[in-house]
Amino acid sequence: MKKNGKKAFLSGFGQLTIPLIAIALLVVFNLIRDPGFFSIGISHNNNGNPVLSGNIIGIINGASELAVLAMGMTLVTAACGGQDISVGAAAAIAGSVFVKVLKSGSAINAGTVILAFVMACIVAMLFGTFNGTLVAVFKIQPMIATLILYTCGRSIAYWINGGATPTVSSPILSGIGSFIPGVPIPTPVLIVVAMAILFKLLFHFTALGLFTQSVGINGSAARLNGINATFIKLLSFIILGVCVAVSGCIGVSRLGLINHETLLIDIEMDTILAVAIGGNSLGGGKFKLSGSIIGAYVIQMLTITLYAMKVPSTDVKAYKAIVIVLLVVIGSPVIKERFGRWISRLAERRRKVSAKGAEE
Amino acid sequence: MKKLAFLKRKEPLNDTQLLMTITIVIFFVMYLSAVLLLGGGFLHPQQIFDMLNDNASLIIVSCGLTIVMIGGGIDISVGAVTSLVVMSCVLYLNKGGNIFVSLLLALGIGLAFGLVHGFLVSYLEIQPFIVTLAGLFFARGMTTILSVNPQKVQHTAFNNLRAKKIEISWLGYRAKNGTLVPARIELGVVAALFCVILVWILLKYIRLGRNFYAIGGNQQSALMLGINVKRTRFMSYVLSGLLSGLAGYVFMMHTGAGNATNAAGMEMNAIASSIIGGTLLTGGVGNVIGTFFGTLSLTTIKKIVVSSGLNDPWWQSITTGGMLCFFILLQSVVLGRRQKKAKT
Amino acid sequence: MQEESLLTMRRIDKRFPGVLALNGVDFTLRKGEIHALMGENGAGKSTLIKVLTGVYQMDGGEIRVEGEKVSIHSPQDAQNAGISTVYQEITLCPNLTVAENMFIGRSRGAWVRQNKLEERADEILTKLGIPARSTQLLGSCSLAVQQMVAIARAVDMQCKVLILDEPTSSLDDKEVKQLFDLMRDLKKQDVGIIFVTHFLDQVYEVSDRITVLRNGELVGEYLTEELPQLQLVSKMIGKELEELSNLGDSEEEKIMQPEVFYEAEGLSSTEALPFDFSIRKGEVNGFTGLLGSGRSESVRAIFGADKVTGGTVKINGKPVKIQRPIDAMKHGIGYLAEDRKRDGIIAELSVRENIILALQVMNGMWRPISRSESESFADEYIKVLNIKTASRETPVGSLSGGNQQKVILARWLLTHPDYLILDEPTRGIDVGTKLEIQKLVLKLAEEGVSVTFISSEVEEMLRTCSRLIVMRDRHAVGELTGKDLNQTQVMKTIAGGES
Repeated sequence: MKKNGKKAFLSGFGQLTIPLIAIALLVVFNLIRDPGFFSIGISHNNNGNPVLSGNIIGIINGASELAVLAMGMTLVTAACGGQDISVGAAAAIAGSVFVKVLKSGSAINAGTVILAFVMACIVAMLFGTFNGTLVAVFKIQPMIATLILYTCGRSIAYWINGGATPTVSSPILSGIGSFIPGVPIPTPVLIVVAMAILFKLLFHFTALGLFTQSVGINGSAARLNGINATFIKLLSFIILGVCVAVSGCIGVSRLGLINHETLLIDIEMDTILAVAIGGNSLGGGKFKLSGSIIGAYVIQMLTITLYAMKVPSTDVKAYKAIVIVLLVVIGSPVIKERFGRWISRLAERRRKVSAKGAEE
Repeated sequence: MKKLAFLKRKEPLNDTQLLMTITIVIFFVMYLSAVLLLGGGFLHPQQIFDMLNDNASLIIVSCGLTIVMIGGGIDISVGAVTSLVVMSCVLYLNKGGNIFVSLLLALGIGLAFGLVHGFLVSYLEIQPFIVTLAGLFFARGMTTILSVNPQKVQHTAFNNLRAKKIEISWLGYRAKNGTLVPARIELGVVAALFCVILVWILLKYIRLGRNFYAIGGNQQSALMLGINVKRTRFMSYVLSGLLSGLAGYVFMMHTGAGNATNAAGMEMNAIASSIIGGTLLTGGVGNVIGTFFGTLSLTTIKKIVVSSGLNDPWWQSITTGGMLCFFILLQSVVLGRRQKKAKT
Repeated sequence: MQEESLLTMRRIDKRFPGVLALNGVDFTLRKGEIHALMGENGAGKSTLIKVLTGVYQMDGGEIRVEGEKVSIHSPQDAQNAGISTVYQEITLCPNLTVAENMFIGRSRGAWVRQNKLEERADEILTKLGIPARSTQLLGSCSLAVQQMVAIARAVDMQCKVLILDEPTSSLDDKEVKQLFDLMRDLKKQDVGIIFVTHFLDQVYEVSDRITVLRNGELVGEYLTEELPQLQLVSKMIGKELEELSNLGDSEEEKIMQPEVFYEAEGLSSTEALPFDFSIRKGEVNGFTGLLGSGRSESVRAIFGADKVTGGTVKINGKPVKIQRPIDAMKHGIGYLAEDRKRDGIIAELSVRENIILALQVMNGMWRPISRSESESFADEYIKVLNIKTASRETPVGSLSGGNQQKVILARWLLTHPDYLILDEPTRGIDVGTKLEIQKLVLKLAEEGVSVTFISSEVEEMLRTCSRLIVMRDRHAVGELTGKDLNQTQVMKTIAGGES
């Protein structure tokens, strides 16, 4: 009984075990280092609105773009067994389109912002379709297929911007990028919640989840059961396109400008990492969206923790790498197996000892 | 026996050779059309040598990556390792270090990365993308920890070595004032060509090299055939790491300075070179000669763009992306048709 | 005196989740003998072989080679102990040349002298009469040649024990003869050969001794000449024989319903040559023929599993177009694929998700089956088909083969098909489940469902089918009904006796 209980504890969270342990460790570490690290305060921003502040808000807010992308990436990974490395570049394009449309109108109002966002979505979905076609129709490995857009995406953004880094400012944009007056929670966080709910609804009201996993685990069987694998793969890239547009627009709204070279730079690596830390196999198949979202927060929490320890922003990567390696080593199948064997041997020995004791 | 040799020649091209041939043909077609359309600079042998001078380290890195990809893996840390090697060696030399020891340092750093990657990927069975991504982060982070500011080498002996170039006068050209400017080749290019040849020999004639193809082609079969799959995969990452170390040294010889953004994006350029050269990410197919020409093709297209007067840097990456797209689609179509043929 | 024993396996146990694949099996191989390992699918032959070659680790027992105890943990250990295997599925590297496939992983030197290897390989290939060039890529050879290259490799390794696991299933008569000559040659060199096959005639042609396994247990070891063929069959099948004999009776009494459900004319696909075919409501028919005769390819064409290239199809008399599996499913056709692992189960998904998959696909993406509904479906079919699983949320990959097959059956039954195609539904599963599946087929037919049943065991098809279409070389060569439905007639037609 006791052994079963232990097993249930270890496997109860399933694939979420590792990211949850990681978060717990980071929380404990930060609390020891600085007991006030997670205190949440209320401060007033420039407009005089009361807003929540504190490290934890910073973490959750800062990971928004990453979390949105990780959701889409999880779907692509599950369906195609590979990753899209062009999300950063595509987000730069989407952001550029967003700004271009905003600037083309005379005034920025809610209508133009929505129009601009829709345009950005359409463009990002088109690029998603391009990637998806290469992967689903031409059967090219996702990483290779998206290498094309990775190589030239930021240049396309540069071309859209006409070589400059145009700025836009409007209360609406700052409302998207930071706080809506009267709401103390950062808007990007709300957007993540909205996206998560959208995904939840998507999986609830369609059979996409089942189909995606079937295609990812066993494409041949999925096809013989009548699933259109090409369509599912393509769809996953198009959905990722929407995520790309959303995160691109958040990024632009935060800064109030579009810099094609630095907007969401290197985020593709973090995104893939978030998916992997979330316990999803990068080889495709079964997935858990919540894992990837938690993975995104793990990465951001790690970054903020390092910042709080006065590690220069340029050096953060090195420490991040060490933690990543530790996490994946703990999660590796070989270590798990060894650990399991070790535990069972220990249990065996204890049983033998107790049996001996009983005999005597 | 002559009959046998004749028979051999009749063997149809296999996937590796076919993809490589396509690349080489396209490279020459591209270069020839550049000569015809743009003339001028492309006729000078120095143009080719410059391409080699600028890309010696990329060639070396691509060789390593080709090995890993043939074995069915991926190593995206190569550019970052190169960068870290450059920075460490520059700092070491500026502290008055020895040239020979600095070379050992370069190789040592590369080797260390290779060993760790290999161990994590093949013995702990962690996804190679994640492992080498961590390697990328670590190397980039370490580079900035060493120095955020650009560092120039101030080591006389090294700078003398750096200035040494192989000069071939008969391939030179006369400058406008009439003096003969000989063709110049940097020492790094020699190292790069040496690497290409060594890796070619490794992949063709050495047991380990053939085992890379075997594990990339079908891992399960390779195990059944009695190949130590884990050790072979481990070795592919070790070699890739070692070559990244060497590439870092060559990079330093070329630029003479260390910078945190050195070799940025080199991993993707290396992957692109390998792919254009006919290496498949799925493993088991590839050739280092193809990779060499892949690098040259990539450079040529950039040169052509610049010579055409499209000076904006974004034209380069857009054409590179276009070319990559072309090659990827071409390979997909060629291999797809081939498989269909094999079936019937 | 007993001949010198080369290999002894004592009390070998092997457990898989949910099944005891081997239960205290003994096996002895003597020098210079060809020893046939017999048993029905799922009897444990392959498992025993894989334990011997280090692919699986045994859970108990010991292995001795020439009297010395050996521990085999990997294929390399097996090779070092002098045990070489040629597997049913090719285990060579298709992207390497023939010569390399013969020599890779063997030499310890750093250099590979391609020319020398190629010369050597050509020598061996010529000696064994294998129609391949040493410089050819293995992937460009036919499956038969690939198999022979694998044998050539094993032969050249001077092995003491050579295991041939279903080596003849993809070879034609001439190639089989070559192989047998080769086996007899090796026998003279004191090599012990373990020969696993389904073809009884071949066993009697070459083997000296027979060991029979059933349900993971040893039935016995016999000298070939002392064991008549009929007795061998009954030992392999066990008591199943009597039990099944009364299964077919109800079948014969049934009156044919006149209505034709499905009719195809000149149907062809990228894999199948044009053929005509029709099936009535409530009829059970079968396609038979050797492996590679085109039987699977034909039914795949019916289902649209391969790209359909021509022909007209009528369902209930109305012309329809079936290009993709989904078209067939919408017309009430279900298809249980031959290769359960590759084309059937979604291993990591739960039993529940696997069961509802086909129905969900037919409903379309926008009308998901609710959780509670899917749970009740799963529970229902777990009960009806007696699927042994820990819970409905257990990943289907961890179930035993028979139960996996039942899950896929449940998947198709849930769609309430009018016509069910079952391609080798009984392959690699235990006897009890085989029986259940056969009974199920007959029950479905009574309910008016048309069934096409394919099995490599002719016996099984004779028991269930009222009509057999015999295929050879990708053509239908005969159709057997009524009195002609017996083993001899089927064999004759398969073999292409002068008709």
